[in-house]
Amino acid sequence: MSNQMDRLEKALKAATPDSNPDRKAEILAMAQKSFEASQETTPATRPIHRSAQNVTGIWTGVKNMMRSINLRPALYTTSALCVVGLAFILTQPVINNPGLPLGTLGQIAETKHDQRAENAAVADQQMVFSEPAIEQGLTKSGKQRTAIASSEMPLMAPAAILVQKRIYAEQDDFDASVKSQETFSNKAPNPLKIVGDEPVSTFSIDVDTAAYSYVRNSIESGVLPPVKSVRIEEMINYFPYDYPAPDAAKAPFSTSLSVFQTPWNPDTKLLHIGIQGVKADVENRPPLNLVFLIDTSGSMHNADKLPLLKQSFRLLLNTLRPTDKIAIVTYAGSAGTVLKPTAASHKAEILESLERLEAGGSTAGQAGLRQAYALAETMQAGNSIGRILLATDGDFNVGISDPDELKRFIEEKRDTGIYLSVFGFGNGNYRDDMMQSLAQNGNGVAAYIDTLSEAQKVMVDQVSGALFPIANDVKIQMEFNPALVAEYRLIGYETRALNREDFNNDAVDAGEIGAGHTVTAIYEITPVGSPAIKNKALRYQPETVSNQGPDEYGFLKLRYKVPGNAKSTLIATAIPAASGKPSQEAKFAAAIAGFGQLLTKSKYLSNWSWEQNIALANAGKGDDPYGYRAEAVQLMRLAKSLE
Amino acid sequence: MRMETSDKILVDRAQAGDAVAFGQLLERHYDMILRLGYRMLGSQSLAEDLAQEVCCALPRKLGSFRGDAKFTTWLYRVTMNAAKDLLRKQKTRQNAQQGWGDMFAMQQQDANENARDRIWLAQAMKTLPVDLREVLVLTLTEDLSHAEASEVLGVPAGTISWRISEAKKHLRALAQSEETYP
Repeated sequence: MSNQMDRLEKALKAATPDSNPDRKAEILAMAQKSFEASQETTPATRPIHRSAQNVTGIWTGVKNMMRSINLRPALYTTSALCVVGLAFILTQPVINNPGLPLGTLGQIAETKHDQRAENAAVADQQMVFSEPAIEQGLTKSGKQRTAIASSEMPLMAPAAILVQKRIYAEQDDFDASVKSQETFSNKAPNPLKIVGDEPVSTFSIDVDTAAYSYVRNSIESGVLPPVKSVRIEEMINYFPYDYPAPDAAKAPFSTSLSVFQTPWNPDTKLLHIGIQGVKADVENRPPLNLVFLIDTSGSMHNADKLPLLKQSFRLLLNTLRPTDKIAIVTYAGSAGTVLKPTAASHKAEILESLERLEAGGSTAGQAGLRQAYALAETMQAGNSIGRILLATDGDFNVGISDPDELKRFIEEKRDTGIYLSVFGFGNGNYRDDMMQSLAQNGNGVAAYIDTLSEAQKVMVDQVSGALFPIANDVKIQMEFNPALVAEYRLIGYETRALNREDFNNDAVDAGEIGAGHTVTAIYEITPVGSPAIKNKALRYQPETVSNQGPDEYGFLKLRYKVPGNAKSTLIATAIPAASGKPSQEAKFAAAIAGFGQLLTKSKYLSNWSWEQNIALANAGKGDDPYGYRAEAVQLMRLAKSLE
Repeated sequence: MRMETSDKILVDRAQAGDAVAFGQLLERHYDMILRLGYRMLGSQSLAEDLAQEVCCALPRKLGSFRGDAKFTTWLYRVTMNAAKDLLRKQKTRQNAQQGWGDMFAMQQQDANENARDRIWLAQAMKTLPVDLREVLVLTLTEDLSHAEASEVLGVPAGTISWRISEAKKHLRALAQSEETYP
């Protein structure tokens, strides 16, 4: 009769439930909520791992103090300390803007790139203004938040970060269930500027994509992302766009410009700037020296961290050449070289050391970085390109008492010509601010990897381009013509703003473009005479604007350095005062800008709805061979249902 | 290679209020809860309902876990008890057609060569009393020893052995009826 039992065993083992990740995520999220609820009612016995605890409990404790008789002395004390710390932060003047030293102006090679003819062809339609005027007062809400937000988080002690984060949470009123130690780096949205007062806008390009992946991860787990985690330019630049290819002989990238009616405001226009990097000459690319700097601290052991990281690097390995070299440095407690520089042809050896990695211990980020840079320097030879690929959940909690020092260290190392890419993994204690700061100061890119398909996109599709930089320190300066443009605002790029004088200063660092990369920037501009103008004429200030001058909205200047060259090259082009129909690519970029602004509840969107935005995104979806854009539309639908 | 923090450490942290540790603990054991539920209840949606119930009750129940048994043993017990509760509730409903009893869904689900086995399995599980069913699920598919199963179910090891022999009798009877009515 045992054959009956065998049959049952076999059949039972075959009866396995389907994996249903959505349902699983839903259930796990519900369980977390239930866990939070239970924390509020059970007596506080939490002597260990308070740091891993989120602050919600503490703040709930503060609220409950007023009515609860069963006071918790421990919480009481902590809360009081937090409040004192908070007062300290608020009264401290913002001292974190030391001002960048003005280096000597190098000789600047100027190449004129005449695009006027092209642009005129793109935008040759007449502007149409629709009446009636809508009077809209400028609200000053969120002013206080702006003041706080302008101070840089990494400068504060961890406790202060927690308190600060909670302030944002309270003010932005995001879902209280977002409970983790994640910290984000973003500033208040760029305000509307009056051309008469401030005709010049300067910023560095940004090819990071981390914010989009984070936003997606958050929405897919059923929570709207914290407002501060939404960096709109990174959302826009997550997507590849099909801009006209550059003429490689003239410049490493092409710039296409278009002006069209703003989807969310018929009385303003969007100025869309699309930059397309020249495609890499993959056949003849110089050899790469890659140092994998892998965080193996205890916090990395989750399936979505170290195991995913290994898979991701395995994907990358498959795209390398035998002439490329790889080294692996890990850091956790102490830093160590796991794999000496090894030719990519020794794949088995590399894979084996990758497999051996395990998580444990705390994180000594700086020691690891030092070692990685030292190793990368020894690997430099001939025309090879050095790059450190730092993979971490961003939890630098040991040996980094001074984030400023880390930043300085990276800035110093930047000049050795070694690039730094930062890959963020995992949820829970993801330190976005730290990652941003590392990548922005280290000539590199930052991306957030939450799934293997994201790893595929970042590591293989994009990094193969990013690994091969074609233009460094790319800065954009836009000068608006006050005769035709009354007001403007740059959508996104808040963390990338530069001073006007920084544009011509080659010592000031800016973003890089990798081979095949596209970069998009969007201004919303209000033409003179438009009913959408928010700042009315003043009584005492003379109207100085003359109506003379060229029929142009503005003048766009771009500066970049050819890799290895310390002197920058200038590209300049005028933007004719004409408005046309948006291209498919521009439509989609505008829809993503709308997506980001809906998530941040931008006051400039007036009555623009999710439905309208989804329709706009669909109109710009185009070919979408990898389904990235369809996914974005899906996310918008989800976000709408979460509101 | 040492990859994971032990259950014990995670439980300690979760009991101390660490939400991250609690999340890791669930992430690690969710599949087991779902699998067990599926084999006890015989339907994906019931198993997911069960998983939801167990996961959401866990924060409350975790306080009663004293650490004298292995966490997995304790979790098996919690899951089994919840599954039996659910089966009991099902029985009181007049039109309980989901689960192992839902032959129609079974047949539709799978038309390939395994279909016969699955139909047979559904038949067998439906006719097996719940106390036999749970012993079989634990010992046959989770590979628990009789001693471990007795710890999970809170009955003497001898009872486990007895139930297994009872289950064999049941299956034999089923095989005979199959021969009579092919």
